Amino acid sequence: MLLTEELLATEEFFFCFVFLRLRIRVRVDGFMWIRIKGLKNGEFTVQQLVEALGLSLTSTQPQTRARGVKLLSEVLQECYGDLTEKEVEVLIAFYENRLKDHHVTTPPVLQGLRTLTQCPTLPSGSAVSILKSLFQDVHVQSLLLPDRACVYKMLINIMDTREAELKGLGADFVFGFVQSMDGERDPRNLLLAFQIARKIIHRGYNLGKFTEELFEVTSCYFPIDFTPPPNDPHGITREELIKELRHVLTGTPKFAEFLLPLIIEKLDSDVQSAKLDSLQTLAACVALYEHKDLAEFLEGLWASLRREVFQTSSEKIESAGLAALTAITCCLSRKVLNSDSEDALSAFLDMVLKDCKHHLSEPDLKLVWPSAKLLQAACRASNRASHIVTAAVMPALIEQYNSRNQCSHRRTLLEVIQRFIQSVKGSESPENEEQVLSGICPSLCCVTFAALSETNSSLQVTATSVLSSLTKQTGLLSNSQIELAVDHLARLVLSDEDDAVSLAVVACAGGLAELHPTVFITNMIPRIKRVIFSESMKQDGESMQNTQPAVRQRCLSVLAVVSTKPCVAQESTPVLLEVLNAAHSGEVGFSLEEAVLACHSLKRIAERVEDTKDSGRCFHDIIIPQLLSLALQAALQGENSSTRHSPLAEEAFLSTMVAVISTACSRLQSKLAGQTAERFVSLFLDGDVSFLPGNSFPSHIKLLANQQDSWKQSQMVCLLMGCVCSLPRTVMVPQMERLLSELEEMSCTCSHPMSYTSAAKCFAGLVNKIPQGDFLDSVLQKTMTRILCELNLAASRVRTQAYTFMIWVAKALLLRYHPTCTTLTDKMFSLLDDADLGPVVADGFSLLMSDSADVLSRGCHADVRIMYRQRFFSENSTKLVQGFNVAPQEKKPNYLKALSNIVNKLPKQVQVTELPALLSLLLEALTYPDQSVQLSTLSCLEPVIADPPPALIQQLEALVGRLLPLTSAPTMVLPFRARVLHALATPLGDKKRLVRREAVQARGEWFLLGSPGGSSL
Amino acid sequence: MSGGTQLENANPVIFERSGERLLTAADEDEDVHDPIDDREIFDLIRSINDPEHPLSLEELNVVEQFRVKVNDTDSNVDVEFTPTIPHCSMATLIGLSIKVKLLRSLPDRFKLTSTFWKTLLPIYNAFLQCMILLLPI
Repeated sequence: MLLTEELLATEEFFFCFVFLRLRIRVRVDGFMWIRIKGLKNGEFTVQQLVEALGLSLTSTQPQTRARGVKLLSEVLQECYGDLTEKEVEVLIAFYENRLKDHHVTTPPVLQGLRTLTQCPTLPSGSAVSILKSLFQDVHVQSLLLPDRACVYKMLINIMDTREAELKGLGADFVFGFVQSMDGERDPRNLLLAFQIARKIIHRGYNLGKFTEELFEVTSCYFPIDFTPPPNDPHGITREELIKELRHVLTGTPKFAEFLLPLIIEKLDSDVQSAKLDSLQTLAACVALYEHKDLAEFLEGLWASLRREVFQTSSEKIESAGLAALTAITCCLSRKVLNSDSEDALSAFLDMVLKDCKHHLSEPDLKLVWPSAKLLQAACRASNRASHIVTAAVMPALIEQYNSRNQCSHRRTLLEVIQRFIQSVKGSESPENEEQVLSGICPSLCCVTFAALSETNSSLQVTATSVLSSLTKQTGLLSNSQIELAVDHLARLVLSDEDDAVSLAVVACAGGLAELHPTVFITNMIPRIKRVIFSESMKQDGESMQNTQPAVRQRCLSVLAVVSTKPCVAQESTPVLLEVLNAAHSGEVGFSLEEAVLACHSLKRIAERVEDTKDSGRCFHDIIIPQLLSLALQAALQGENSSTRHSPLAEEAFLSTMVAVISTACSRLQSKLAGQTAERFVSLFLDGDVSFLPGNSFPSHIKLLANQQDSWKQSQMVCLLMGCVCSLPRTVMVPQMERLLSELEEMSCTCSHPMSYTSAAKCFAGLVNKIPQGDFLDSVLQKTMTRILCELNLAASRVRTQAYTFMIWVAKALLLRYHPTCTTLTDKMFSLLDDADLGPVVADGFSLLMSDSADVLSRGCHADVRIMYRQRFFSENSTKLVQGFNVAPQEKKPNYLKALSNIVNKLPKQVQVTELPALLSLLLEALTYPDQSVQLSTLSCLEPVIADPPPALIQQLEALVGRLLPLTSAPTMVLPFRARVLHALATPLGDKKRLVRREAVQARGEWFLLGSPGGSSL
Repeated sequence: MSGGTQLENANPVIFERSGERLLTAADEDEDVHDPIDDREIFDLIRSINDPEHPLSLEELNVVEQFRVKVNDTDSNVDVEFTPTIPHCSMATLIGLSIKVKLLRSLPDRFKLTSTFWKTLLPIYNAFLQCMILLLPI
């Protein structure tokens, strides 16, 4: 059905249409569509449409006219893109005329005008005329909310497309807008209005004499105090409004004379959020201002800022206040100095210094810190400000430091000095100006070194942080000063016993070594080396005996910390290797712990040293062969002599060595990595010792062959694992097939736990990286048959070995989503009923789900898919529950243990959604006496209790009964408050102080439960 | 601490906090009876925050260990405190805080014969009376 103009012309039809429109929307949409189609196809023009609507548009009833206009506006809404310029002109003339009509017609007229402003063919000049008639004929603020929004959107449209024309309108446009938005209350409309104001300001419209009006009409909303109603469908937040308004207010320096007094006034407010908003707005606005905008308000602003920082109890306000001060100082620093004008910056800083500086001489009073922070905030703003502030403050601080005797005063002063050094701002052009602190640097160094020589530990700690800050100022310290600093650090490392001091010193040394590696190579490392080896000579001296191990340990960890540059690492690693050598030979008497620590330091170096060719070579050529050689010597020693037992054959040492090798190998470039892999494999498979230094090894070493009594040799397989399992996946491991079969043999037959476990891990690490294909399938086929066969033989002596092997292979496959994994994990579930292996298998699930450090981790380049835990859980949780239900009573604990092991490792979000189903099972697990199960179950339950599902609430009595101290959800524990308080009164009188202390803390928290300040409800 | 009003004492002297009580071997020994001593009481009250500053009573030197007296056998506790400035209007509140903390933290055999700031005692006692009635125990 097509609408013809005759049809449209009849008033009957029009009313019929309106009627339909009210009742049956779908049909109406249908009509609209037809209508538009007619218009688009040119069956009738807009003019015809207007003429056809003529009767209704000229009716004597304002409602009828409004309906007519509405219909027309809706049609235009659908087809404004197709209108010609001529048509638009006619329509605009018509609509402008209609604005003068009765008020009920205004809304549809505005809607039509808004649509027309979107037309690409809007004739030039018409935007201005629309606005003129709009401002003249319509009182925007008496319109309804959506109509006001319509006006704002129309303004935005016009501003976006006809900027030049609007600017021609001059200040009238601003005045019209100010009148329109005056008194706006709806947050949605305010956002639009703020957008318009922002465009007016940022696009440089002429504000004329209406600057103050525009400021007034927007600033009356400052500071924004708006809380969205609950379930607000519009989603307007307070932050959005604050942000938009701040853009408006801070957009132009013309507002300065109005905004700054307003901010000063609002800073007096009691409302914290108003203060915060004012301070942030202040910081934002001065970024655009110049000195002349600020000048007359500086005093008032400073008084407010000082008060806020001195008296506030809120850190947010303090930091906002400091940021505002920095911004103001920054603004003043931008002013170009000329000879005749006064220096605004130094005048302002004088004021700040006058109010703050004297507090710095009272280090035991509260205001010392707020004053220091204010001065530092000013200092941070610019290079010139730094010069002025430090020149005024630092000499006085240093003098104070020298004249004070109390340690606590000195420490406070030193901390203040340190913050000042941190906040000094370097010059933009470093070549022409001298460093801010260069004048005072010698006396700063004096103070620092003096403090480092004090006996008070907190003073020493602060002094190290001063030193760190000083070194971060590039080019400030001279070489001799740095050497002196390193001297002091070395002395502290070698002599001091306080833990906090050594930690600080070690950290400081680490930072310093990165900037000045040469000093460390020439000074620190030789000294440390001397101490490590020389002190042990005087072992008979009684006094040395106590401190010596601690000093050695510190030395070893310092060596690790300073070696971030390859050049330092090249000096420090030989020292560590020498320590290991000495530990092996037993000459100097290093303990096992020290050997492990030295190895650990090597690992840290391997982790942290900058990745260059040199560092890779160093590890490849020197460190790894030497380590291997030492380990091999230690292993062979056990064979032929029973005289001395080398600490290097201990499991603790070997596992650290694995970490070194694995870290180093995972970071090697692929060429070197390939070579290393080849060497390892030929050593372990063929006994090729040619690349090892100290070539005194027998030629027939067989490390992988299973010799029952030589566990020292067989356990070396863990080193093989460290190497081949952490190589990048692109590096091919040679002789893979033979290697795998020997590893399999070893892990299934060897009787030494460390050996067969390492072999299994090594096998798993390799299998994880073998690309998908026939080779992998055949390897797995063979291995699975063997494992299942061994496990099914109840009498087999190697069932534990077979089980260990299986779990590692299962883990390797689980990580890479290999389908064969299911066979192995199903076998694990069935083994939960096993008489011997049951409990061990239940523990095994923890291993399966957790990350292992030395193998099969992402750091080792293993193939680890994301969310493998969730996948495993969702595939297997039902099997576990079914198994639990049918298991005999005495085997049930195994299932609970397995379950809690699995659930515990899942990500928290998954736990929260999955737990309700498993809740009864987990609650049962809590009654199981094994503490590790209890702990892992409790940590599963914890996140759920924080956000309790209904299922948990039903079980609450059982849960609270068992776990009173665990419950962290006060809403539900509130009923127990009285009971607990009563019960806790008894331990308050316990005979042990430690018990009383815990009781006091617990009772205090229970008292506060449900009250303000206590745990929230 | 609103912007317009001034604090009664804007720049107080700050004292250093004492460290945690050191653990001795006797503390871990199940057979030794640890009496409630001055330090233990002091540890209970030293971390109470001042109503005016974000500082503890210890840092403001309102409470000091040597003015805490406890007699475990007679079940007596005596705490004396010094407001930072004379006529401190916060003194009653501080006293109440100390008293409540001790009531909640000590076995009920103890008697808190507190010699708080004498001149304010009448007001203080009246205040305490009505507050303690409101406390849920």
